[in-house]
Amino acid sequence: MSVMEDRLSPNQDDFYNALIAAHEGLGEADSHALNARLILLMANRIGDLGVLQDIITTARSYSDA
Amino acid sequence: MAYDYQPYPYVAPPGLSAPETRHAVVIVGAGPIGLAMAIDLAQRGINSVVLDDNNVVSVGSRAICWSKRTLEIFDRLGVGERMLDKGVTWKIGRQFHGGDQVFSFDLLPEEGHRYPAFINLQQYYVEEYLVDRAREFPDLIDIRFLNKTIAHEDHGDHVTLTVETPDGNYTLETDWYIACDGAGSATRERMGLSFEGQTFQEQFLIADIEMEQSPFGDDKVPERWFWFDPPFHSGKSALLHMQPDNIYRIDLQLDVDADGTEEAREENVIPRIKAIVGDKPFRLDWVSVYKFRCIKLDRFVHNRVLFVGDSAHVVSPFGARGGNGGIQDVDNLGWKLARVVQGQAPEALIETYNEERSHGSAENILNSSRSTNFMTPKTPIEALFRGEALRLAKDQPFARKILNSGRLSLPCSLEGMSLQTQGVAQIAPGQVLVDAPLSGEDGDTWLLRQVQGDFTLVGFGDVLLPELPGIRRIGINTRADYPCFTATHNHAMRRYGSSNAYLFRPDGHICAVFDTPTRKDVAHAYAKALGAELEATQ
Repeated sequence: MSVMEDRLSPNQDDFYNALIAAHEGLGEADSHALNARLILLMANRIGDLGVLQDIITTARSYSDA
Repeated sequence: MAYDYQPYPYVAPPGLSAPETRHAVVIVGAGPIGLAMAIDLAQRGINSVVLDDNNVVSVGSRAICWSKRTLEIFDRLGVGERMLDKGVTWKIGRQFHGGDQVFSFDLLPEEGHRYPAFINLQQYYVEEYLVDRAREFPDLIDIRFLNKTIAHEDHGDHVTLTVETPDGNYTLETDWYIACDGAGSATRERMGLSFEGQTFQEQFLIADIEMEQSPFGDDKVPERWFWFDPPFHSGKSALLHMQPDNIYRIDLQLDVDADGTEEAREENVIPRIKAIVGDKPFRLDWVSVYKFRCIKLDRFVHNRVLFVGDSAHVVSPFGARGGNGGIQDVDNLGWKLARVVQGQAPEALIETYNEERSHGSAENILNSSRSTNFMTPKTPIEALFRGEALRLAKDQPFARKILNSGRLSLPCSLEGMSLQTQGVAQIAPGQVLVDAPLSGEDGDTWLLRQVQGDFTLVGFGDVLLPELPGIRRIGINTRADYPCFTATHNHAMRRYGSSNAYLFRPDGHICAVFDTPTRKDVAHAYAKALGAELEATQ
C-alpha cells in the first residue's frame, strides 16, 4: 500500500460532483459498467504500468477479503 | 444559564399622528442583517428607519458560526471585539467515521491575523450587541419595534409602506426600501417573486444543551466534531459545536419520513442526546427541526426595493454561509447606497450589488448543496463512493479532501466584475483584503483597521502614492508625508509583495493594483469603482 500524493486538490469537489452526476439515472448494473469504463480510460491516460500496478495494489489492500 | 430575553420597548411612531417626511432609507427587519445595514449606513452619515414586527432578539441560538471575514466586517461596524471576547474561538475540526477519527484539520494555522477563522456565538448575543451599537446613533438610526410592514408599493423614485402597530396603522415614504425580513420574506411574497430551488428531503434536528462538563472530553478545548455514521446514530450524520455559556449545539440527521413535531418533543430528544454525552448532566435549551433549502432570488435589486440576507438567498447550514453571506451583502451594499444617496455615484452602482452578491450567493449555494449531497447520499452508488472515500481517507490525503461536511465560508472573489480594474499582483483585483499586523506612530494596529470603511490606496515598500481627493493613503515599510506603518514580522510584505500599490474599496475588496501608481491611473480606477463606466454604457 502506498500513500498517494494529493494531485486532485483544489478541484476535488468539482471532480466528485461530476463523477456523481455521471451516474445519475443509471441502474446498478449500468453504474458498474460506467465505473469499469472510467477505470479503463483513466488507466490509459495514466499509461505508466508501474504506477498502475501500485494503484491496483493500494486499492486492493483496503479490501477486507 | 438560559439567555434572558429582555423585550425592547415599543414607542408610538410619529407617523401615527402626522405624516412623516420622506425617509432616505427604510430597513424592514431588525435581525443581524437589518441592524448591521443600519449601522453601516449611520457610520456614513445616512439616516434610516428600522421596522421590526417583534420586540425581542432571536429566539434560539440559530446562526452560531461567524467567519473571519464576517468578524472583520463587524470590527468595522464596532462590534467585532465584543463578539470575539464573548464568542468561543475554535479552529480545529475533527471528522469521524463510525467511532474512529478519520482526520482533523486546523482552519487557520497562519499567524498575524486579528480575527480567528471562526467563532461560535449565539445569534441572540449578536443581535443584542448590534442593538446596543445602533443606539449609539440616536440621530441616525430609528429602530421601531412592534412595527409590522403589511404592504408596500414602488412608485419608481420612492416606495410607500403601510405599517401596523399596537396603536393602529400608518404610512411611510422612503427613497430606498431594504428588505432584511429573512427567509420567509413578506416583502418577497407581496411582490410575487419566484423563490424556488433545491429542497432536500432529509430533516435535521438541532438541539442546544447546557452542560458543565465538556462533551469533547477532559481538556475542554472547543472544536468542531462531525460524524459520518456515528455509533450513537447509525447510518446518519451528526455535528457537535461549542457555544459560550457552556451551551453545545448538536445537529442530527433524521429519517426522510420522520415526523418533525414528534422528533422535537423533549421526551424524544433527550434519549438522542444521552446517546452522545452519556450520563453527564445537561439541560435542554432549545430544539428545532428543519429541512435544508438552497434557493436564491434571480435578482437582489428590484428598482427601489433591495433584498439583503436571507430574504435574497437561503442555504443549508453546513458551511456557515447564511448569516455570514448576509453580512457580506451588507458590506457590499452599504458604501454603494451611501454614495448614491449622497449624490456621489450614479444609481447604476446599486446594480453592481446585484452583480457581485448574486455571484457570491450562487457560490455559497453551490458549496452548500454539494456538502448536503455528500452528507445525504441519494443512491446506492453515491453511498458506495462516499463509503470508499471515507475508507481511503484514513491514509490518503487526497481522499480526506473529498470528504465534505461543509466547505467553510470564505469570502468570494469579485475578479473580472464591472467595478474592478484588471491587473496582476500577489493578491488579484477582486479579492478581499488579507489582514496583517502593523505598527505605527500610535502603536500597534491591523491592516484591516487602516483600510476598511473608505477607499484606501496602500503602498507596500518604496512606492510613492499620488494625492487624490476622496482617497486615503497609507505607506508600509516606507517614509512619506502621509501615514506610514511598519509591517510587523514582515507579514504584510510577504502577503502583498514589496514594491506595489493596492487600491482597496470601502468593503476591503481590492479594485486595482499598480506597480507605479500614477495620479491618472489611480483616478481612473477610483472612478471606475464608483460606477463611472456603468453610466457611460447605459
